[in-house]
Amino acid sequence: MTTLTAKDKQTVKAFWAKVSGKSEDIGASAVARMLVVYPQTKTYFSHWQDQSPNSPAARKHGKTVMMGVGDAVTKIDDLKEGLKELSQLHAFTLRVDPANFKILSHNILVVMAVMFPTDFTPEVHVSLDKFLAAVSLALAEKQGQEDPGVGVNLFRVTPARN
Amino acid sequence: MPENSVSADLQTGSDKMVEWTDFERDTIKDIFSRIKYDVVGPAAFARCLVVYPWTQRYFGGFGNLYNAAAIKGNPMVSKHGTTIIHGLDRAVKNLDDIENTYTELSVLHSEKLHVDPDNFKLLADCLTIVVAAQLGKEFTGEVQAAFQKFLAVVVSSLGRQYH
Repeated sequence: MTTLTAKDKQTVKAFWAKVSGKSEDIGASAVARMLVVYPQTKTYFSHWQDQSPNSPAARKHGKTVMMGVGDAVTKIDDLKEGLKELSQLHAFTLRVDPANFKILSHNILVVMAVMFPTDFTPEVHVSLDKFLAAVSLALAEKQGQEDPGVGVNLFRVTPARN
Repeated sequence: MPENSVSADLQTGSDKMVEWTDFERDTIKDIFSRIKYDVVGPAAFARCLVVYPWTQRYFGGFGNLYNAAAIKGNPMVSKHGTTIIHGLDRAVKNLDDIENTYTELSVLHSEKLHVDPDNFKLLADCLTIVVAAQLGKEFTGEVQAAFQKFLAVVVSSLGRQYH
């Protein structure tokens, strides 16, 4: 797992400053693509009445996700600590298979390419890819650890992330 | 070997043909008729070398790959990018027999070039990104799904002759 260099952090912050105004659209589009291109991800949203990619629930979820990404940008110097609560949520309540973080990250990158073709250069791409991987790792952090609501897990298992 | 890509994994047995819907066929052909080969090929390949720097291991003879600017401006990178996209064109013209189309290329990449087939998926992801940038809003989720399915079949075929 590569760490974010100072240049990566700078690049991510600068790019985020440019695009964050459109974060709702970015999120909605990324979630929509995920549901269409990787239909197995719909299994996490069986509680939505309308599972179609452009439903109000999907749009709302896109907004939620990008708010989380924006928050992560401000905590870029210590993602593990900064995303502790979100990690607990994804591990113990939502129980998301961490492989899906990679899928959503990929679709966020595709949306960046669609919406910001000139700004999303290879240099920005690599830093953002590394950042989203670091966020994903921080979100997967709590998997296999003690669930504060349930009790001690007998096995300390770190998920095979790749 | 860690997997870094999310290109949809496709398991095709030798007795199972890939089935394409009309939408998928039309979409794939449409994409390839619209993209500029000498722009998309070099851009995708250069992006792959930047975003997944370990892929540079196969191109020791390409000269200066020290940074993103050098990679983008490197004429050997551009030339190879164009070669790759023309190679994809063969699959577009033979959608119903991609497997056999790539038998020789698969042997070449395995026996002679010794390329880890995981890298094909990384390049496929970069192609998706570059095509998305070229097509913009027209690169809808449905178009993306068709394109990624096509690339997954290509990637699978290129890996078939490895042993």
